[in-house]
Amino acid sequence: MGELRLMKGNEAIAEAAIRAGCDGYFGYPITPQSEVMEYLMMEKPYERTGMVVLQAESEVASINMLYGGAGTGKMVMTSSSSPGISLMQEGISYMAGAELPALLVNIVRGGPGLGTIQPSQADYFQSVKGGGHGDYRLIVLAPASVQEMSDFVKLGFDLSFKYRTPALILSDGAIGQMMEKVELFDPIPRRTEEQLIQQCPWASTGKPKNRDHNIITSLDLDPAGQERVNLKLQAKYKVMEEKEVLYETIQAEDAEYLFIAFGLSARICQKSIDLARAKGIKVGLFRPITLYPFPVKEIAAISKKVKGILVVEMNAGQMIEDVRLAAGCAIKIEHYGRFGGIIPNPDEVVKALEQKIIGG
Amino acid sequence: MVEQFAKLDIRKDENIVYKRTDLLVDRPLSYCPGCGHGTVHRIIMETLEEMSIQDKTIGVSPVGCSVLAYDFMNIDMLGAAHGRAPALATAIKRMWPDRFVFTYQGDGDLAAIGTAETIHACNRGEHFTMIFINNGIYGMTGGQMAPTTLPNMRSSTSPYGRDVETMGFPLKMTELIAQLPGTYYVTRQAVHTPAGVRKTKKAIRKAFENQKNKTGISFVEVVSNCNSGWKMTPVQSNKWMEENMFPFYPLGDIKVDGKLVETKATAAKE
Amino acid sequence: MAKIKGDIVVNVERCKGCEICIAACPFSVIAMAKDVNSKGYHYAIKVNDECTGCVNCAVICPDGVITVYRAKVAAE
Repeated sequence: MGELRLMKGNEAIAEAAIRAGCDGYFGYPITPQSEVMEYLMMEKPYERTGMVVLQAESEVASINMLYGGAGTGKMVMTSSSSPGISLMQEGISYMAGAELPALLVNIVRGGPGLGTIQPSQADYFQSVKGGGHGDYRLIVLAPASVQEMSDFVKLGFDLSFKYRTPALILSDGAIGQMMEKVELFDPIPRRTEEQLIQQCPWASTGKPKNRDHNIITSLDLDPAGQERVNLKLQAKYKVMEEKEVLYETIQAEDAEYLFIAFGLSARICQKSIDLARAKGIKVGLFRPITLYPFPVKEIAAISKKVKGILVVEMNAGQMIEDVRLAAGCAIKIEHYGRFGGIIPNPDEVVKALEQKIIGG
Repeated sequence: MVEQFAKLDIRKDENIVYKRTDLLVDRPLSYCPGCGHGTVHRIIMETLEEMSIQDKTIGVSPVGCSVLAYDFMNIDMLGAAHGRAPALATAIKRMWPDRFVFTYQGDGDLAAIGTAETIHACNRGEHFTMIFINNGIYGMTGGQMAPTTLPNMRSSTSPYGRDVETMGFPLKMTELIAQLPGTYYVTRQAVHTPAGVRKTKKAIRKAFENQKNKTGISFVEVVSNCNSGWKMTPVQSNKWMEENMFPFYPLGDIKVDGKLVETKATAAKE
Repeated sequence: MAKIKGDIVVNVERCKGCEICIAACPFSVIAMAKDVNSKGYHYAIKVNDECTGCVNCAVICPDGVITVYRAKVAAE
């Protein structure tokens, strides 16, 4: 069993980064995620593992530092919150285009605009539909606990290197700030220069005599070449859709109705299940863990076994679009959401189930 | 056409005193005829060759005319988003401290959209080299006004000349960053004459040598021509540059070994 | 008595005819050919035997198309 600690979600992200063998963190302060960099600066990972931690002048600089580091094969990450992630979109698009691995963390706060510093899930569209320009996808992981904040750092790095594409942990201000017990994984040593060059033969690490020069770019001015780049990306995404879908079901075996929710909303729905079942309503939960690749087949299958689905999100109805596309029109699928930083309570979720799905 | 004057046959390998370096990829440069970019590309590559650091160098190219610099320089490179080269180079140098890292940027890239990245990389005293090509115009997009466009100078977005009342003043980024404690060597050169090319190459060599001692930013501005954007012949553009650009962007060292050099401009102030 | 002689070879296909080498040559050795290369550029040619191999033309050439030779030869 790994080391147990009581930690904030943001701290768990930072500790997991050090333990995952991360080479560099580049960030800019923004509430509610500033503890990530604060923890790293306090921990001095440059002494523990040699990891670089740098406070950049902006989120624009942070993401481009990631591009630079990732382009040399280094394991790099940043974290921010919604407005900061919006600022990074150009760089994220470049990284997807140049096929660079990196880990991004969005501790979402309410928007639009400066919005609020309270938790929200309103960045779903931005995370899974692209966010920046061009046809690209991110691997999007949605943790629902502080434990998963830690675990998904390692998973996110693994997937991003496996597919040479940026991975995003889509969390929120509540999971970032709340404290829970975490079982930390054992530290993985940072790769040596030789290991890095072996793992990333494409990286710009300095051209030896025995290979061509490596170029990291997202530019191809020839339309045929640029189409090939796009087709390559799409082929990669197709493999991800087939192989990397993660989800969880809770009390879904005998369920007549279903909640579908990710992250914090899924935590709330677990309590709502208990309340509803106490009233005799057989409801279960389907929780997508990878928001991209989205569990399309799994939702299509489970929707055939239930009478109705309530999609619970801390936004005005974003993931419900993907649920409807997956499940089709055979059953009733409605949305319940609070936004602007308000977390729905389990009672109102049950009431929404009764009114919108069962009674509706 | 047959050359009629090559009577003496001295064209033997042992008599070669100058040939294109192999560190330039064997393909035609994409630049306009007479453009200084090609010259600067070549002398950077010659410098790396002379220092034998091809395998230890990582370059960052910008967005602008030199966006394809990585196609011509036979070293590992990364193409940055517009203005962000110093951010890339910061991360690269911090995680590969024994590599020689440089950015190659134009004036729109370095002094407009990338102002924050430029100033903060300089202010943090990152240990890489910045090569800044200043031709006073956005060449690639078709000759628009740049932050460095001279007062009253015409461009496609200042067709009646840059009116400083409404369009602001040209930005002397090099003098500006020389004031920052993180810069160690700051110089302005030009490649319009053979002597200028030799001096610029010396400056570039010094800028790369400084990386061995981790002294902070070494910054080489090269005032360059844009004959297409300026709508002149290459030879005219070099003359115009001397007459118009140099009075505003005077050549010479601005900061050497971490100390500001007293120039005519600074002496006059005191 | 030995004399220093120079010679240049222009990579005709890569020359863009910018004429900067002409301005840089101290002995007016270079001119533009009347012919054009496959890209349509007039290219630099050597028009007399005054070259000393000073390399100015090669140093200034933006496209790096000039190779310079220099040797001591017996005086005529």
